[in-house]
Amino acid sequence: MEKQGKWQYNLLRKKVHRPLSRKTALPLPAERNVASADPLPPRAAWSHDGTDATLEISGDWRRDGPEVEITGDAPAQAPARYQVDSLGSYDSTLPAFLLARFRAVTPSPADSDDAPSFTGLPDNLRGLLELALAVPEESDTRNTPQVSSDLRKLGKISLQLWASVSGLANFTGQSVLSLGRFITGKARFRSSEFWLTLQQCGIDALPIVSLISFLIGLILAFVGNVQLANFGASLFVADLVGIAMVREMGVVMTAIIMSGRTGAAFAAHLGSMKANEEIDALRTFGFDPFDFLVLPRLLALVLMMPVLTIYANIVGILGGMLVGFFVGIEPELYWTETLAAVDLTNASLGVIKSVFFGAAIAISGCMQGMKAGNSSAAVGEATTRAVVASITAVIVLDSGFAAIFTLLDI
Amino acid sequence: MKTAPSAPASTAKIAVRDLSMAYGNFVVMHDLNFEVRDKDIFVIMGGSGCGKSTLLRHLIGLLEPKKGSILYDGEDFTATDPAGRGDFIRRFGVMYQSGALWSSLTLGENIAMPIEESGDIPANTVRDLVSYKLALVGLAGYEDYYPSQISGGMKKRAGIARAMALDPDILFLDEPGAGLDPLSSRRLDDLILRLRDSQGCTIVVVTHELASIFSIANNSVFLDTATRTQGALGNPSELRDHSDNPAVRLFLNRGDTPPSPS
Repeated sequence: MEKQGKWQYNLLRKKVHRPLSRKTALPLPAERNVASADPLPPRAAWSHDGTDATLEISGDWRRDGPEVEITGDAPAQAPARYQVDSLGSYDSTLPAFLLARFRAVTPSPADSDDAPSFTGLPDNLRGLLELALAVPEESDTRNTPQVSSDLRKLGKISLQLWASVSGLANFTGQSVLSLGRFITGKARFRSSEFWLTLQQCGIDALPIVSLISFLIGLILAFVGNVQLANFGASLFVADLVGIAMVREMGVVMTAIIMSGRTGAAFAAHLGSMKANEEIDALRTFGFDPFDFLVLPRLLALVLMMPVLTIYANIVGILGGMLVGFFVGIEPELYWTETLAAVDLTNASLGVIKSVFFGAAIAISGCMQGMKAGNSSAAVGEATTRAVVASITAVIVLDSGFAAIFTLLDI
Repeated sequence: MKTAPSAPASTAKIAVRDLSMAYGNFVVMHDLNFEVRDKDIFVIMGGSGCGKSTLLRHLIGLLEPKKGSILYDGEDFTATDPAGRGDFIRRFGVMYQSGALWSSLTLGENIAMPIEESGDIPANTVRDLVSYKLALVGLAGYEDYYPSQISGGMKKRAGIARAMALDPDILFLDEPGAGLDPLSSRRLDDLILRLRDSQGCTIVVVTHELASIFSIANNSVFLDTATRTQGALGNPSELRDHSDNPAVRLFLNRGDTPPSPS
C-alpha cells in the first residue's frame, strides 16, 4: 500500500510539472489571465446556494507565490461544483489545496458510494484529483502520537537497558566460546584477514599514539613542575610523569585512541558487510561469522594493545623528559629518577589493563557492527554507538581496576 | 502431514510442509505447501514485499519458521539443530539479491575462499577451479577485480559463480534479473538454463520478472499478498491461462483482464 501511495505521488508531480513548463498548453477557460507579468494572488471563495456549496478559485497558484486567501465559510461537505473562470496559471499547489479541502470533509471516500464530483474543474485537474483519490488513504500508516506516561517511559527504558545488557553478555559469551574454539584449533578464519587487522590496529596506529602520548607526557610534566617547583622539588616531576603514565595515562589514552580509530572501523566494516548480505553469504557457505569476523579482530586488538601501551608509556616519559630538560633537569638524572620511581609492579598494571581494554573495544565495535540494521544510516548509527560504548567500557573498567588495586594496596 | 513421511517425501528434492513465516507477531505467509522436483527450475513469484525473499531465507536456514517444516531429499532440515546443518548447507549454493560478494576480496578470492576452506586443496587446483567458474558465467580473466569495480550485472554473474563454487546440488537465486537491462537479464536466463542442463542441479529462483518466469521456470509457486498464503502452484505458462485464482492470472498477464479459466 505504501509503495502504491508513493507511486501516485510521483505520477502526480510529473503530470503537473509538464503543463507548468508549457503554460500555453493549459486547457483553461478562454478569458484566463495568461501568465501575466504580475501574478494575481490565489483566492478561494465559498458561496452557498441552499445546501450546495460552490468553490470559486481565482488567481495564480504558485509554490513561490503569496499564501491563498480564503473567503466565506467552509461547508461540512465537499463542494457541489467549482468555478474556475478567473483562474490563472497553477502548479501542484492547487490540486494539493483541493485535495486537502476534500479530505477534510470526506475522510474516507471509500465509505461513500457516490464517486466524488469535481464538476466545473478543468479536465486535467479533475484527472489528477481522481488519481489521488483512486486508492483510499491507509488509516494506520500515519504516525499516531502515543499515549505516554512516566511509568510507560520507565518501563521502556528498563526493557531497553535489560536488552542491551543481555545482548552484551551474550556477545561476550560468544566471544569466549569462539576463543575456546580457536585454542582447540576448531575455529576457521582467514589468516590474511588476521594479519591485515594486526597491521591496521598496530603499526598503522603508531603515529597518532606517538603524538598523543608525547603531548600527554609534556602536559603532565608542565603542570606538575609548576606545583613541585614551589617546594623546590622539581626533580619529582620525573616520578609524577613516570607513575602517571605507566599506571593510567598511557593505557587510557591508547584505549581511547583505539576506540575512536579501530572500534569505529570494526563497526563500520561489519555493519556494511551486514547491510550488503555479505555476512549471510558467509553463513550459507558454512562459515561461522563469529569465528570468521569477530575472532581475528578480537585477537589482533588484544595482542596489539599491550604493545601500543608500552610504546605510549615510553613516549610519554620522553615527553616529560623534554620538559625536564627545559626546567633544568639533566636527562640522565631524569632517567635515573624515573627508573627509581617506576617499579615493575607499577609498570605491569597498565599493561594488564590494556588487555582487558583491547577486548572491550573489539567486542563493542564488532557487536555494534554485527547487529546493525540494513541501511546506510544504520551503519552510521552503529559506528557512533560503538565509539560511545567502547569509551564508556574503558572508563568503567578502569574505575573497577582502580578500586581493585586500592583494595589490594598496589 | 497426513501421509507417511518417508514414502512421498523421497520423490521431492525440496518439500515444504505447512510452513508459516513470521517476524515477531507479524505473519508474512502461512500454510505454504509445495514440492520442488529434482532438476526443476522452480520459481517463487509474487508482488513486491509479499515475502518471496523471506521464503528463500527460510529455505536456506537464515530464518527459522514459526511453524511447519522443510525437507531436503526427505530429511527434515528445520528439525535439525542449526549447528548440525552443515551437511545440508554444503549442498546449497546461494546468490543474493545484490550479489553479496565479499567486498574486501577480489572476484578470484571470493570464489577461492569456499573452495580453500572445503578441504586441503592444492593451490593449482584452486586457481584452475576459480578461472573455470568465472569462465562459466562469462567473466573469464576478471580474477583480480574487486566487486566495487564491476557493474551490477557482472556482480550477479560473479555471485552465481561463487554460488557454484562447490558444485552445489541446489542453487538458490534471489532476483537474478532485477535491476538489469533486458539483454543482460536475458543472458542471465540463458545461463541459468544451461547450468541446469549441464551441471544438473535443481534451481530455485525468486523473481517477479514475467519474461524470466516464462522462459526458465517449469514449476512455480505464487505467493498472494492479499491472503498471505500460496495462490497457485504449477507451470507458470499454464497458470497464466488456466489458473482458477484470478490474482494469479492478473499477475501473470501483467494486470490485463485475465481470460476466465477454461
